[in-house]
Amino acid sequence: MKLTRRILMGAAAGGFLFSAGAAMAQQTELTFWSWRQEDKAFYQDAIKRFQAKEPNISIKFETYAPENYQTILSTALAAGRGPDVIQVRAYGNLETIATPGYLVALDTQNVPELANFPEAALAAETLRSDGKIYAVPFAMQAQLVVYNKKIFQNAGVTPPKTWDELMAVCQALKAKNITPFANGTATAWQNETIVGGLLSSMLGKSFEEDIVSGRANFTDPRFVNALAKLKDVSQYFSPNFTGVDYASSQQLFVAGRAAMFAGGSYEVANFKNQNPTLDLGVFPAPVMKQGDPALIATYYDGGYAVNAKSEKKDAALKFIRYLATPEYGTAFTNVLKNLSPIKGIKIEDPITQEVAKLAENSMSYLMLVRFRYQEPSGSVLLQSNVQKMLASQQTPEQAAAEINKGIATYYKPFQK
Amino acid sequence: MPVSPKQARTLKHCSWVAFLVVPPVVFMSLFVVYPILSAFAYAFYEWRGLARGDFVGLANFKEVLFGATMAPTVWNAFLHNVYALVALMIVQNGGGFFLAWLLYKEPFGFRFHRIAVFVPVVLSTIIVGFLWKLFLNPNFGIVNQALYTVGLDSWAKPWLGDSSTALGALVLANAWHFVGFPTLVYLAGMQRIPSEIIEAARLDGTTEWQLLRNIVWPLVAPSTTILFTLLFIGAFNWFEIPYVMVGLDGSPFGSTDVLGLVFYRTAFGNQSASIQNFGLGSALATLIFLFIVVFASMLTLWLRRREIQF
Repeated sequence: MKLTRRILMGAAAGGFLFSAGAAMAQQTELTFWSWRQEDKAFYQDAIKRFQAKEPNISIKFETYAPENYQTILSTALAAGRGPDVIQVRAYGNLETIATPGYLVALDTQNVPELANFPEAALAAETLRSDGKIYAVPFAMQAQLVVYNKKIFQNAGVTPPKTWDELMAVCQALKAKNITPFANGTATAWQNETIVGGLLSSMLGKSFEEDIVSGRANFTDPRFVNALAKLKDVSQYFSPNFTGVDYASSQQLFVAGRAAMFAGGSYEVANFKNQNPTLDLGVFPAPVMKQGDPALIATYYDGGYAVNAKSEKKDAALKFIRYLATPEYGTAFTNVLKNLSPIKGIKIEDPITQEVAKLAENSMSYLMLVRFRYQEPSGSVLLQSNVQKMLASQQTPEQAAAEINKGIATYYKPFQK
Repeated sequence: MPVSPKQARTLKHCSWVAFLVVPPVVFMSLFVVYPILSAFAYAFYEWRGLARGDFVGLANFKEVLFGATMAPTVWNAFLHNVYALVALMIVQNGGGFFLAWLLYKEPFGFRFHRIAVFVPVVLSTIIVGFLWKLFLNPNFGIVNQALYTVGLDSWAKPWLGDSSTALGALVLANAWHFVGFPTLVYLAGMQRIPSEIIEAARLDGTTEWQLLRNIVWPLVAPSTTILFTLLFIGAFNWFEIPYVMVGLDGSPFGSTDVLGLVFYRTAFGNQSASIQNFGLGSALATLIFLFIVVFASMLTLWLRRREIQF
């Protein structure tokens, strides 16, 4: 223990000397951690634009592999170190690092630009226990259906509006020997994205309201019936879909061997990168009967936060204020093809425009937004039970009952 | 004070011993003993993420073993570890024994095969896991393709997606990876057997099976002891192959969940429920550690007793 303390003190002293040296040069150097290695060029560019305004602040952008990011970050923060500016995730994941007080609370005083964000985006970066915001949100994601326009045209089908139309489209594609959905269920979390992409309209906003208020739980017929429909449409997933993992199903779609992919809006840029010739479109989850509102399931990815232990909070706040401007949001949206939640941005990419338009009518990506705060998390329950149901190892009723039972262990409204 | 030559020699000897012993002792304490003890200590606290909260006594251990949320997952995983131990014992160590016997008899090209059998052991587990994941792909993997080619279409399965075959598939991948190790150890054990014993048995007209059963198997008992113990430790620490091939959740629906995966998910969180609980994680790690130490020692003592000196 003593030794660790000594090493830490040495490191702190070293850091102090370094920052003192930097101060003499009138230059503040911030470190900025992220898990987005693939967006490095974009962030370097954003930093340059920021420096054009604030020449005295320089920023070192460092990335870590996404699967280890949370571990590395929380270890560093627990040791009283870590970067000045941190890319953090949202919801339950944010709570893990915000609850112990590692992040600076933000409000319209220290970051006036927060006024320019939608309520739901800020809620994603708010700690439930104190109601304070801890990060500037950076992207909205949506679960929907991505489709290959060329395959649809060749098969003479159009994007379906209702569930019956979807089944007819699937049948028509299958008759032409085209795999309708590239999806597979071997990777657990894919089951949750499939539910979000295909069932949101059938569940409906009122279902979400009822769940949150406790008027309904997951044994509700709306949920059970939607799961039964999913089981029904799974016959049109990729062949042997129970053994097809995320990477294989992406490959199937990118290679143009399947017509649709139920999943995240983030897939579009990814698919395009792998095969630029793909002509893609998106549509919301099909509705039960004509006239019902068509919904996509949205959530916020994460945000930019300031380390509470940082010695350069002022500079760090200046930087995240820049990351909250429409100028940055526009660049973010157009370069990364991910939708920035900042109001008043100009979108160039047609598919992103389409997603933005669909997002005006959306429900939450339910389990992530509402039930990822405690164990067993709603996401884990949904994933494994839908996986089991689609493998014909349990009925939709059983799946719904299992999910409900798990959440009821901690969610008071379900315990009645 | 004058130092006699004898004292000087002792002093020199002692400092030489200290010079050799102290660095490894310090190294071990710092990087092995200290982390184990601190993990043990962490298990007695409540954690919010990686921030330590209040002392909670044995509450974490209780939750891991009997808690309504955690215990079913832990016991489910434990049974899978036991399954892996038994299956690997038969396939990996048993297979190793027979491969060693084949190599021992020095058939045509045995030098090549001796190396070939060991090559997969040298590969990185990540590569082996990834390779087998491709082999087992239900639509273009060579396993199903081979079955289609020979007309066994009904045998083709989504191996890793079917809860009845997924764990078995992991065991086979692991056995393919490591079978070279028991083979080599058994081969060395067989080569230590004095050849006159085997020749005498052959002259007495034993069958091949009698020879293996009554002569070779008892005489390679020391090899069995070490292989059994290592496999026991390996099976209860099993992580890499399941992690690479089926992911942190033990997909499909927990049918391949093992203690290593449960520990990782609990302590560090997984992709879709990144709730980190270092207290529960440490408690589970401590329990796994104690289980392995106690049973591995008992096992070694028991297996030692049946070894024969020659």
